[in-house]
This record gives sequence, C-alpha cells and structure tokens, in this order.
Amino acid sequence: MRIDIQGRARVFGDNVNTDYIVQSSRKKETLNPKVLRQYLLESVDPSFANSIQPGDLLVAGKNFGCGSAMEVAVSVVLAAGIQAVVAASFARTYYRNAVNNGLIPVECDTSAICEGQRLRVLLDDSGVRVLNVSTGTEISGSPLPGIMLDILSAGGLVPYFKAHGGFVTDLR
Amino acid sequence: MPGKTISEKILSRKSRQDACVGDLVICEVDVAMGTDGSVPMAIDFFRQMGGTRVFDPERIVFVLDHYACRLQPEAGDLHVLIKEFAVQHGITVYDAGEGISHQIMMESGRTGPGRLLVGADSHSVTGGALNAFATGIGSSDLAATMISGRIWLKVPQSIRVILDGQCEEGVHAKDVALALARAIGSDGASYMTLEFQGQAAGDMNIDDRLVLSNMAAEMGAKAGIFRADQKTSAYLAPRGAGDIIEVDADPDARYFSQITLDLSELTPLIACPHAVDNVVNISEVAGTPIQMVYLGTCTGGRVPDFHQALAILKAHPRIAPGVQLLVTPASREVEAELRKDGTLDKLIDLGAIMTPPGCGSCCGTAGPIPADGVNVLSTANRNFKARMGNAKAAIYLASPAACAAAAITGRITDPRLLMGSSR
Repeated sequence: MRIDIQGRARVFGDNVNTDYIVQSSRKKETLNPKVLRQYLLESVDPSFANSIQPGDLLVAGKNFGCGSAMEVAVSVVLAAGIQAVVAASFARTYYRNAVNNGLIPVECDTSAICEGQRLRVLLDDSGVRVLNVSTGTEISGSPLPGIMLDILSAGGLVPYFKAHGGFVTDLR
Repeated sequence: MPGKTISEKILSRKSRQDACVGDLVICEVDVAMGTDGSVPMAIDFFRQMGGTRVFDPERIVFVLDHYACRLQPEAGDLHVLIKEFAVQHGITVYDAGEGISHQIMMESGRTGPGRLLVGADSHSVTGGALNAFATGIGSSDLAATMISGRIWLKVPQSIRVILDGQCEEGVHAKDVALALARAIGSDGASYMTLEFQGQAAGDMNIDDRLVLSNMAAEMGAKAGIFRADQKTSAYLAPRGAGDIIEVDADPDARYFSQITLDLSELTPLIACPHAVDNVVNISEVAGTPIQMVYLGTCTGGRVPDFHQALAILKAHPRIAPGVQLLVTPASREVEAELRKDGTLDKLIDLGAIMTPPGCGSCCGTAGPIPADGVNVLSTANRNFKARMGNAKAAIYLASPAACAAAAITGRITDPRLLMGSSR
C-alpha cells in the first residue's frame, strides 16, 4: 500500500484531549459528524472549525486524543475534511479509533512544524515520512504494525471486515 | 525464557500462543461492554460491516449510563435504538438509572481474575482491580468484537507500581491515585499496563483498588491490574463469577520500569484545572472558593466513598451557603445500601441534591452543569476544560473527604483540619 497526501499544517500543543476535540456534552444533541464538525476543537480555538480548508492536516504535540475512547473524536476530524493527524504521540484509544476509521495517524517529531507550513505525508510498507515542503526538511515517523496497515489500506475496519468477514491478518 | 507479567499471561491464554511484550495477538474476548455513549455508533459500524448476528449474546452487555438522566429528547431516541438492537440479538441491557457500566461489570460478576474484558469507554480499565485484563476500546472495535468475539491487541509493556506503607488518617485511595498521576504524568503509561504490587496493594480493599485501576486511564495506561487474593474471591463469591483462575506475575517477569510509592508519606492532594496530572498538595490551593461539590462517578461513587464524605460532613448541621452538593451513587446496589444504612437521608438533610445512578454530571450528560465562573471540586477522574459541559467552569479533583470538607467551608480545605470536629 502507499499513501501520499499533502496539506497545510494546523498546529496544536500537547495533550489535546477528546473533550477538546469535541465536547462530550455536544454528543447529547447529535452523533452526526457532519453537524459536530462545527464544534471541532472549540474549547481550544473557537474560530478553528470555520477556518479549515480542504486538505488541512492536524499537527500536535504529545498524547493527542487522550481522555475518552469516544469515536466521534475521530469521525468529526474526518468530517471536517482532515485526512491525517501528525503528532509526537497518541493516546492508545485514539490511535486505534483513527486506524479503524481510515484517519491516518502519523507519529513523529512535530516540534519544528509551524502553523500554515505545507506538509507531505508518505506512508508505505517501508515506513512513514513527513516532508516539510515549506522548509525542505524530512522527518521519519514510527512504522505502523502490519495489521494496522492492512486496516488502514482497506480504508478502515468497516471495509476490512466487509472484505474479509473477520480478522485474517497473520500476526505470527 | 524470562518470566511473564500478568498482561503477558492473560493475553497468552486468550490468544492461545506464547505472547510476549510487543507481539500483536488476536484474542478471544470474555465480555464486551458498550454504553449509550458508544453503542449507537457501534450499531452503525456493525451493520456497515455486514454483521447479521453477534458471536455470543451472553458475552455482550450494554449499560445506559451516560444519559441516565435524559436532558435531551435525542438521548431517549438513542436508548430506543440500543434496546431494539439488544432485543433483536438477545443482549442484556442495564437501563438508565441502573448505574455506571464499570460498576455493573463488577457487581454482576462479569469481571474476574484472568478474564479479558473490552469496554467501549476509556474507564473500562477499572476491571483490573479484580485481576482482569480490562481495557477501553472505541465503537468500531466493539462492532468487530460483537461480530467475531475477537480483538487484536499489542501485548503491552508493564510498569511495576509498588505500594508500601499505610495512609495517614485523612489520606485516601484517591490521593494515592493523584500521587501516581503526578509521578507518571498524563501519558507516562501510554500503551502500557500498570501492575500494582506491594504490601499496601494487598492491604487495600476492593473499592480502593478500583480507584487506582480506574485512574490508570488518566496516565494513558491500557490496563491497571492488581493481583487476586482473598479479598478478590470474597467480593466475587456472592456474584456468581464462576471459576476463578488467579493470575500473578512470575518473579522474574520483565518490567519497563518500577515506581515505589510510600503511602505513609502522602498528604491530601488535589488535581487543579485543567489536567489530571496538575497535582499539588491541597494546602497549596486551600481557600480557593468552591461553588459546586460532586460526589459520585466510577472513581468516587461507591459506598465507602460516601461514608468517607459523611464522616467529615456529619459534625455540621448543613453545607456552606452558596455550595451545591451533588450526589450520584455509582449504581442501584450502591444507592440501596446507602439508603439502608441512612447515609442518603443524612446527605439530603445536609442539603445534597440527588441524581440517578449513572455518569451524572461527570461529563456533562446526565446531571446539573456548572455555571460560568464556577469552581467545582469533584471525586471524578477527569478535569479537562468543558468536561462537565461548560468551558467557563474550572474543575478540581480530590478525595471524597476533601470534597466534603469544601462542602462545609465553601473553600478548598485540608480535610484533616475538620476531622477533630467530626469525632
């Protein structure tokens, strides 16, 4: 498989938790990500949701997606038109949910990435690379384990299960 | 070959292979749990995946806890959707008002030594207190598990947490959990298991162990597991848990790191806004005005927690003017016991407001929401901005005793200062 996407960096800090991505209390009104996307990261930056352009990429520090396991915190990011999150590290439930929904989680050193810079994310069997097109630098990321690549390349756990009827990846 | 941690042993058994740290394994799940916060999406995923039947209805359970008190008509629609799916597939549902999923997983005997439990809620790690490998998943994983009965997991590293000594009077399990959050940080245990050992871990009753396992999620942990002992068996015996296979680590098991905590050195602690690891000694913020006090949640909503609070409150005729004291028992079983022993009446006489068993105000979905500018002191596990439904409120976390002290004085107060008058 091969993923090659480009976009504008939208930079956040460390410990962006799922309540910041979308407040739990917003979920009592609807679970529709197309509606919830207007609240994306409202607690951190109320103007953010309206400023998203197609192709924007989320960039964050450590522990992105900590807190709740709620999956709307992933689907709302996808609904906003964001295909990948590049972070120094992820909370484990967010990472799983991202892969399962086809949102690309890239774990790498993000400390030198600035707001608005143009990034290219390259992901294949050999590994993960993030090219900072604005500065001409390259950052290598942590490779994804086999089953995650399989799920991601299928487009998420739904198409993976639909295609295979269950877990078929040989893990040994 | 080196020895194994509890996580390696349970995941080896459940994957029927020799599972070591770092391995990716596909495991048979003992019980999969979902809540009204996660099941509606899981039903969508289930259908999209082509699911027609669940692997075993006896091993799936739904608990309606996040919207136990329905504040919006839409929450009722979600409950109908969940119940219809459950009836169609023969799945047990605990209705709104029965309690918090994590508490019910324990009380109903579904959690037990050596079991692999997955729950579509981050605090599913609570089950580790009963020697289970219990971990949080999302709705898509829940859907895949409902279809296949299986889940893929990476065998985690483990941090050995050695608890020694004994808490001084006025210092409680919540303070131990906050001390760990301070030491480990909000991501210091990411992808890892906290394995609790030491003499003090054995001395702790099950309700206190639950606090530590529950809060493991706040350090990023995948699980927070205690050894099984007589207390574990005694808790499970009347609950029909079935055969118990206790799982302990080998003496030569390999750990990522080791943390030793001497409980006798701890003082009452408090997590300040807006991070769980923003922990200070309570004396450092004493005097901060508090307008809302919350006793409840899957961290601090069990019988001993309310007794701990009442021990401080009972010497006083009423809570401070201007303080709203909210009480949410973790389950109907907890509520019944508190009613029977008179605790509920006493709390209500002191001025408390009751909400039905469930998640209550913790995540702003089933109880009163703090107003702008309000400082909340809560027995919960999480204090992120807007967590309780209002980004303009500030949430502090502490023990039930410290929460009770603030309810009396209207300010953050070291609970030990009020203990003399409660004798």
